[in-house]
Amino acid sequence: MTIRHHLDEATILAYAAGTLNEAFSVVVAAHVSVCPSCRAAVRQAEAVGGNLLEQTDAVAVSADTRARMMAQLDVVAPLNTLERSRSITSPITSRELPRPLARLLGGSSLDEIRWRALAPGIAVHDLPLSPQARGHLKLLRIGAGKAMPEHGHGGEEITLILKGAYRDKFGEFRAGDVADLDESIEHSPVVTEDGPCICLIATEAPTRMKGLFARMLQPWFGI
Amino acid sequence: MALAARSIMTPPSGTRSTLEQAEMASLIARVSERRDRLAFAALFDAYSPRLKSFMMKKGAGAELAEDLVQDTMLAVWTKASFYSAEKGSVTTWIYTIARNLRIDRLRRESTVHFTEIDGFDAPDEGPASDHIMIRSQEDRFVSEALATLPPEQKQILMLSYSDDLAQSEISEKLGIPLGTVKSRMRLAYRKLKSALEDRT
Repeated sequence: MTIRHHLDEATILAYAAGTLNEAFSVVVAAHVSVCPSCRAAVRQAEAVGGNLLEQTDAVAVSADTRARMMAQLDVVAPLNTLERSRSITSPITSRELPRPLARLLGGSSLDEIRWRALAPGIAVHDLPLSPQARGHLKLLRIGAGKAMPEHGHGGEEITLILKGAYRDKFGEFRAGDVADLDESIEHSPVVTEDGPCICLIATEAPTRMKGLFARMLQPWFGI
Repeated sequence: MALAARSIMTPPSGTRSTLEQAEMASLIARVSERRDRLAFAALFDAYSPRLKSFMMKKGAGAELAEDLVQDTMLAVWTKASFYSAEKGSVTTWIYTIARNLRIDRLRRESTVHFTEIDGFDAPDEGPASDHIMIRSQEDRFVSEALATLPPEQKQILMLSYSDDLAQSEISEKLGIPLGTVKSRMRLAYRKLKSALEDRT
């Protein structure tokens, strides 16, 4: 998989710092699982966290906690490397889906998704998050050749292409590519003729469509 | 409101970290290979006071902080064999465990765990041994790069890594546009990256 569109460096730092919201974290982890260069970037950004932990002031931990900790070691055995390799090749794997997403779908493939139609050629599937999570995470399927109305974003949005491709003013986005846009960006993606495009999208606020017709569609779109 | 960038990221030059990474890695190896309790106790004593402080800075009370320290150190005990030097220092590895467990605790009601990136590296990506040696120096390069960041970039890093603020919250707190927060983060990251890549 050749990846042409990567994560914003600011997103990489926020992910490494642990401050991205849940929906965004899933999309970032899914992209990172298929993109060695963003994976290396996350590791570099995590080294900042390690450095800060190293420099942080110490606060004494109670003797009681230490004693309880040591007592627990008898009960909990370290995982050995065999278990480790088993946990890495977990049963939830899929050739077409990045692992963090496959986990969230409980092993279903893209063919097994129960889509909800939004408009002709456009369907959505909401993905569950924690009850208190802000932001939304969904799969979107847009038919071949279909154009999305030009829209800006009321907030942040990250899109990972899972299947098919679309084109906008930033170029062509194919499977594995990520569109990490901020709220100032307006674009009008057009899906290529090769087939439907399926994307994983995290949004922070409702997407703001520009045209009147598009605005009327928006509550229905929910994106 | 201007927050003074704290000096926490700039240790006096020439001081050695008390967490000697080669020593930490050998303690991890002893836990992994022989379930060595003394080695684990040494790791606990080295990391738990820092982890407690890390959790408290992000808003945990002392009791919750100690709870999260226990969870983190228990994961160090059970997952010691997962540690691999090519992915970074022991301290960075423990940082990622602590970060993930804290986030999972915040999302406790749900089954959605922090989506960690461990395990994505194909096994055949293993580095040559000189690569590992370079990694062991990485901490020093990171710390030097952080020390030379302009105060406004350092401040943004502190607010995200230490105070746990999202980009939008930093923008609100400092009264600057979100775009400025992001561009400072990008500049800080690029500086760090070039510091690491020039040296390796």
